[in-house]
Amino acid sequence: MSQKQFNSSRISRFFTTFPSLTLALLLVLPVLGVLFSVFSQDSGAWAHITATILPDLVTTSLILVALVGLGVVVIGTTTAWLTARYEFPGRAFLQWALILPLAMPAYVMAYAYTDALQYAGPVQTMLRELFHWQGKADYWFPDIRSVGGAALIMMFVLYPYVFMLARVAFLEQSPSLQEAGTTFGYSRWRLFFRVSLPLARPAIAAGAALAIMETLADYGTVSYFGLQTFTTGIFNAWFSLGDRVAAAKLSAILLSFVALVTFLEQTTRQRSRYFQTSKGRANRTPLSATHRWMTTAICSLPLAIGFIIPTLILLKQASANDALASLLTTRFATLVFNSFALASITAVIGVALALWLAYMARKSKSGLSANVNRLIGMGYAVPGTIIAIGVLIPVIRLDHLLVDQLNLWFGTTFGLLLTGSLGILVYAYLIRFLAVALQSVAAGLTKITPSMDDAAQSLGATRFGVLRQIHIPLLRPSLVTAALLVFVDVMKELPATLVLRPFNFDTLAVHVYVLAKDERLAEAAWPALAMVAVGLVPVLIASRQITRQAN
Amino acid sequence: MANYLDIRDIAFSYADGTRVCEHLSFFVSDGEIGCLLGPSGCGKTTLLRLIAGFEKPDAGEIYLKAERLANQQFAMPAEQRNIGVVFQDYALFPHLSVEKNIGFGLRALSSAQKSQRVNEMIDLVDLAQEAKKFPHEISGGQRQRVALARALAPRPKLLLLDEPFSNLDVELREKLGLEVRALLRQLSTPALLVTHDQYEAFSIADKIGVMNHGKIEQWDTAYNLYHRPATKFVADFVGQGVLLRGRARHDGHIDTELGPMLTTNLPLGKLHNGAYADVLVRPDDILHDDASHAQAEVVHKAFRGAEILYTLRLPSGAKVLSLVPSHHNHEIGQKIGIKLEIDHVVAFPVV
Repeated sequence: MSQKQFNSSRISRFFTTFPSLTLALLLVLPVLGVLFSVFSQDSGAWAHITATILPDLVTTSLILVALVGLGVVVIGTTTAWLTARYEFPGRAFLQWALILPLAMPAYVMAYAYTDALQYAGPVQTMLRELFHWQGKADYWFPDIRSVGGAALIMMFVLYPYVFMLARVAFLEQSPSLQEAGTTFGYSRWRLFFRVSLPLARPAIAAGAALAIMETLADYGTVSYFGLQTFTTGIFNAWFSLGDRVAAAKLSAILLSFVALVTFLEQTTRQRSRYFQTSKGRANRTPLSATHRWMTTAICSLPLAIGFIIPTLILLKQASANDALASLLTTRFATLVFNSFALASITAVIGVALALWLAYMARKSKSGLSANVNRLIGMGYAVPGTIIAIGVLIPVIRLDHLLVDQLNLWFGTTFGLLLTGSLGILVYAYLIRFLAVALQSVAAGLTKITPSMDDAAQSLGATRFGVLRQIHIPLLRPSLVTAALLVFVDVMKELPATLVLRPFNFDTLAVHVYVLAKDERLAEAAWPALAMVAVGLVPVLIASRQITRQAN
Repeated sequence: MANYLDIRDIAFSYADGTRVCEHLSFFVSDGEIGCLLGPSGCGKTTLLRLIAGFEKPDAGEIYLKAERLANQQFAMPAEQRNIGVVFQDYALFPHLSVEKNIGFGLRALSSAQKSQRVNEMIDLVDLAQEAKKFPHEISGGQRQRVALARALAPRPKLLLLDEPFSNLDVELREKLGLEVRALLRQLSTPALLVTHDQYEAFSIADKIGVMNHGKIEQWDTAYNLYHRPATKFVADFVGQGVLLRGRARHDGHIDTELGPMLTTNLPLGKLHNGAYADVLVRPDDILHDDASHAQAEVVHKAFRGAEILYTLRLPSGAKVLSLVPSHHNHEIGQKIGIKLEIDHVVAFPVV
């Protein structure tokens, strides 16, 4: 069937675009609902919120964003520059290991460091013994449970975004640029600030934007530290003050911040195309003996703080007797099963939908499908808390309608059907994570050029044969990657799960969070380690790509 | 059988309404290599896709070996046509090795027959060393040969080639062009090539159709396209040369600045006395002659090794090209004597 026949009838076009439009609408609706709630009437809590906590909440969020933004840029750019341009012991290992902190959910790291740095923890105990201090009054020790503490934790977890993008940007800079600079008599430092850094700026900005969006979306860390940010404010408005509309209004403000960051990121990305320079093999400068080891130390530090030390703390806690005992309970098995089941279901549905959407976009010549996919791609930027609120508001309303109707028909009383069902949870996950699957599948599909389809057909392959012999084998790696990424994201997701999960249904992420809130850190160690292990999967995929780039 | 591939009165428009061609006809004879030559956007690739079966014509008919492939109502699916295609980007399957790519179209054969045929093709295109390699591991020229072997392996009734050498450097292009021609001759597979590069067309094809805006302006041999172009477009597109303005005489001669010329392409009486006409003057029609009274000024020169291509200004200001052995070295601004020696005088009436 030719393209023309396919497009010829308006009716057939309607039926092919209608489902994808419906899907897009379903995925966008909750977010739109949150935005429109700005115009609805609340219970009066909003006035209370604006008068009391809103200024605090905005200030805390902005300070956090500023500190994390600055931190990830400094850490990410430094490590990227050093591993891209200099030869030092351990460089080959560090150039991929430096992204390991991405596997560590920020809140897990927060629990680990809180445990290590609290009054009864090993660090303060050791200091007291060393200096013979008797009690709290004898010395000052910074409190990790503060804005500064949260910012430190997030920057050491999120710097890999900047590291990855900046490293590629530095590697892509042609060595002749450096040489051209040298002919003008520039020193090494001047070259860095006048040539290399400006060229990598779009990549650095894009990485920082991703880190900032994660910071704005974080609920686990800030809530554990008792900080007033947008996400905790939304939770409080809903669950403490019981005001949905106020929660939605706060969400709308947070959403506009996210939109601003996304917009800035997109524009820098677009400009970055003009910043691309020819690919050349960057030759790495060897360093003198002292400088070499200093560089190794500098690059190892973020890895140690962001991954090795927290993992060791968790392992130590996990090896305690009661922690080991908790591992063997059926409770732990249920948690693992719940997490795996949810993540697998979402991954399978997500990949199936992504596959369908990607094929629609490939087939249609109008820009509609591509625009639908772009819209769905933005779901990843929406914080889980907002998606939870956005899903819950219409679902509760629909549920009440449904229950009233059923009661009318059958005369018996039904409980709420949709609210707190696994289906709603999967729906919420898809809003956020379908973007991840779609990106991966679409990227895979671009590798199959239309002329490959034609070639196979001209060699006698039927449509089904083309699919079986060409598309499926070529797409398989992308499909596996897409499924894995969605799987891991669902496993780690906290706020949406916390709000939307069925009653008494716990996942690893929820369990870790609840235990840590109750100061039962030792018991949380194994589930936390399990999450880190799962989080390692996409990181290892990314690191394989990094190694490939390097060779 | 004269009309091996027969294109009759084909019309095609894209879904958005852009018309590609209308009332287009041509044919390729058995064992012949045809070529559609034209600038990009002239519709030549679309025509290839219609023959391969990737698109369906709006009107007209396509026959191959007297079998109807397509008309307004019916279009045989591409996979049933047994037409080989070599794509511009080669479209090799990246997940299959060279030998698996070549064997892709051999589904009807037993595995023993299949591997025998694959080996035959691999030897034919001289890729024995590369058989187990993957497309990304071999060079551009080798990829091109894999694409050719893959398309020829199922013994297609016809081979279509879409700008097959455009991704290769010039030297390789010429060499592979001759190789492909020899190969097609050896297998006596009729073929149709599409290209915008006339030298590519000249090196491979027996007959060339010059296409412009969805029309075939002339379907002829390379020699005739160059020496007896049917239209101004063909005269301009094929080879170098200029159109020199002149006036017709009643006896069929056209008076130009370089003297009277007797047209060979226009019948007597077609141009009435005193009508303006443009005469095609090729660089090899203008000879260097120091004894000649006709003088022209050198305005530009391009050294070509054995020859120099001069751009000369005539006293009227009109410019002509002249290809001269390179020992006739003149400076820019110098006046030189020239002489016209022209076999076929091709003139076009000025409208």
